[in-house]
Amino acid sequence: MSDPFANRGNRDASIVNPRGSGTVDGTRASGPTRPGRAGDAFLIGEAMRGGYGKADILNGCTLAVEKGQIAVIVGPNGAGKSTAMKAIFGMLNLREGSVRLDGQDISALNPQDRVRAGMGFVPQVANVFPTMTVEENLEMGAYIRGDDFRQTMAQVYELFPAVADKRRQNAGELSGGQRQQVAVGRALMTRPKLLMLDEPTAGVSPIVMDELFDRIIEIARSGISILMVEQNAKQALDIADIGYVLVQGANRYTDTGAALMANPEVRRTFLGG
Amino acid sequence: MDLLNALVAILNFVVIPASAYGAQLALGALGVTLIYGILRFSNFAHGDTMAFGTAVTILLTWGLQAGGISLGPLPTGLLALPVAIALTSVLVLVTDRLVYRHYRRVKASPIVIVMASVGVMFVMNGLTRLVIGVDEIQFADGARFVVSVPQFKAMTGLDEGLALRTTQAITLVLTAAAVWALFAFLNRTRAGKAMRAYADNEDLALLSGIDPERVVRLTWIIATALAVAAGTLYGLDKSFKAFNYFQILLPIFAAAIVGGLGSPLGAVAGGFVIAFSEVALTYPWKKIAQYLGFEPAGLLQLLSTEYKFAVSFVILIVVLLVKPTGLFRGKSY
Repeated sequence: MSDPFANRGNRDASIVNPRGSGTVDGTRASGPTRPGRAGDAFLIGEAMRGGYGKADILNGCTLAVEKGQIAVIVGPNGAGKSTAMKAIFGMLNLREGSVRLDGQDISALNPQDRVRAGMGFVPQVANVFPTMTVEENLEMGAYIRGDDFRQTMAQVYELFPAVADKRRQNAGELSGGQRQQVAVGRALMTRPKLLMLDEPTAGVSPIVMDELFDRIIEIARSGISILMVEQNAKQALDIADIGYVLVQGANRYTDTGAALMANPEVRRTFLGG
Repeated sequence: MDLLNALVAILNFVVIPASAYGAQLALGALGVTLIYGILRFSNFAHGDTMAFGTAVTILLTWGLQAGGISLGPLPTGLLALPVAIALTSVLVLVTDRLVYRHYRRVKASPIVIVMASVGVMFVMNGLTRLVIGVDEIQFADGARFVVSVPQFKAMTGLDEGLALRTTQAITLVLTAAAVWALFAFLNRTRAGKAMRAYADNEDLALLSGIDPERVVRLTWIIATALAVAAGTLYGLDKSFKAFNYFQILLPIFAAAIVGGLGSPLGAVAGGFVIAFSEVALTYPWKKIAQYLGFEPAGLLQLLSTEYKFAVSFVILIVVLLVKPTGLFRGKSY
C-alpha cells in the first residue's frame, strides 16, 4: 500500500508550483579551471566515476571527441548514457575522473560556466521554454552573448526553415520534431565549440529523424564537435566518426562508427542483428 | 438629474474606493504571483513584507518631516518609498540567503518552502511590531483631496457629491506605472525574459548560462518593491496597522488565485474583481435605489463590512471549485 502522506501537499497547485522545477543545484559555485593534458582530444571525459546517490552509475567511463567530429554513444537501457552526458556537463558530481575541453581541465566548473566555456547541451525532454516564443527561446540560447546575435539567429533559421515560419509561436505549441529543432537551435545560439545531444530523435517520425541527422552532419561540418546519445543506433553509427558502446557505466567497445557497424558481436548484441 | 446623481453616488462610494483598493490588491497579488511563478511557492510572508516595508516608509517619513522636507501637495511617504524598498529588499535578500537558499540547494519539496515562509511570516510580523508598534498610524500628509465634495457640487450643481482623494489618485497612477513597467520588463528585457525562462524550465535556463541565483535575487527585489509600494499606498489611503497587513494577505491570495497563479495579468484582474466584489457587497445601496425611484425598506446592504473578508473567501472557494486555473490560465494547472 502506498503511503497516504507521501508527497502530501505537493500536489496542491494553489500553494506550490513544482512545474518546471530543476534537478540541478543552481547555487553551486565554480572552482578554478586547470590546464589540460598534452595530447588530449578536443573534449575528453576521462575515467568518470559517479552517480546520484551512493551507488555509482558510471564506472570509469571515458568519452572523447575531436574537433568537428561526431561521437555517438549507444548501449542498452540503464547503461548510463544520459548520466555520462550529464557528468560531462557538470550536472552530476563525479567522484573520480576529469573533464577536459579545448586544453583546459573544467572538472570544477558548474554547468552555467561550462556553457561559457563553449559547451552546448540539448536534453532529451523538457528542452524548450514552452510559454516563450520560438524567437525568445533562441534569444535565451544567446543569453551569455553580449554581442549582436542576429546573424547566428538567421543561420539557425536557415538550418531549420520549418521553425523560422513559427518564430512568433510559443514553443510549447509546436510538434515534437519542430520542438527538437528549436531545442537544437537554442543550443547553437551560444556558438558552442561542442554540442551535446541527448537522444535528439526520440519520439520523432523517421522522416524528421533523417532530416535531423542531416542537420547534425551540417553542424559538425561547420567545425562544431558533436557528442550524442542515440536510441536509433544504426542510423547514428552511420554518421559517427567515433562510436562508444556503454554497458553498466563502462566502455565495452570503442571504435569508428563504421567498424562498430561491421563488428558482428556489436551487431548481434546491441544493434539487433 | 436623479440618474446623474445615482451615477455620481456609485462613482463616489463604489467605483473610486474599489478601484483604489483593487489597485493596492493588484500590486500585492503581482508580487505573490511572481514568487509563485518563478520561485515556485506561495509566499505567506508577503503580507508582513508589506507591513515591514510600510513601517520603514513611516519611519523615514517621520524623519523627513522632522527635517522639514515635504513633497508639497503629495504625501512625503512617496519620497520615503524608494529608500524603504531598498532597505526592505536587503532584509528579504538576507532572509533568502539564511532560509530559502538552503531549501533550494537540497531541492526540498515546495510545500516545505511554503511552511518555511510561514515561519518567516511570524518573524517579520514580530520584527514590524518591535520596530513600530501595534497602534494605528496615519502618515498621509500634503493635500487631502484632488476633488472634494463641496468643490464637485459647486462645479456641477448636483445634489450628490464626489470626492477623489489625493491618495486614491496616486494609488491609481502609481499602480498603472508599476504594472506597465513590470510587463515591459518581463516581455522586452533580457533579464525579464531570463526570469520567464527560469519559471518555464529551471534546468534549461541553467543550460543557457542563466545564473539561477541572480534570477532568484531579482525576483525577490521586484516582489519586494511591489509589496512595499502596495503596503505604503494602502497605508496612505487608509491607515497603517500591522495586524491589518497580516489580514490583507487573504484578499491578496484570493486575487492572485482568481486571476490565475503565475499570471501577472491575472493578478491585476483578480485584484479588481476582489475589490469590486468586496465593496459592492458591503455597500448600502439604499441611496442609489432612492435616486432611481425605489423606496427600499432596508439599507440594501448585502453584507455588513465586518464580513468583507468572507467575500474573498467565497470567491476563492468558487474559483477553486469551478475554474481552478483562474480567469487567465496561470501555472496552477
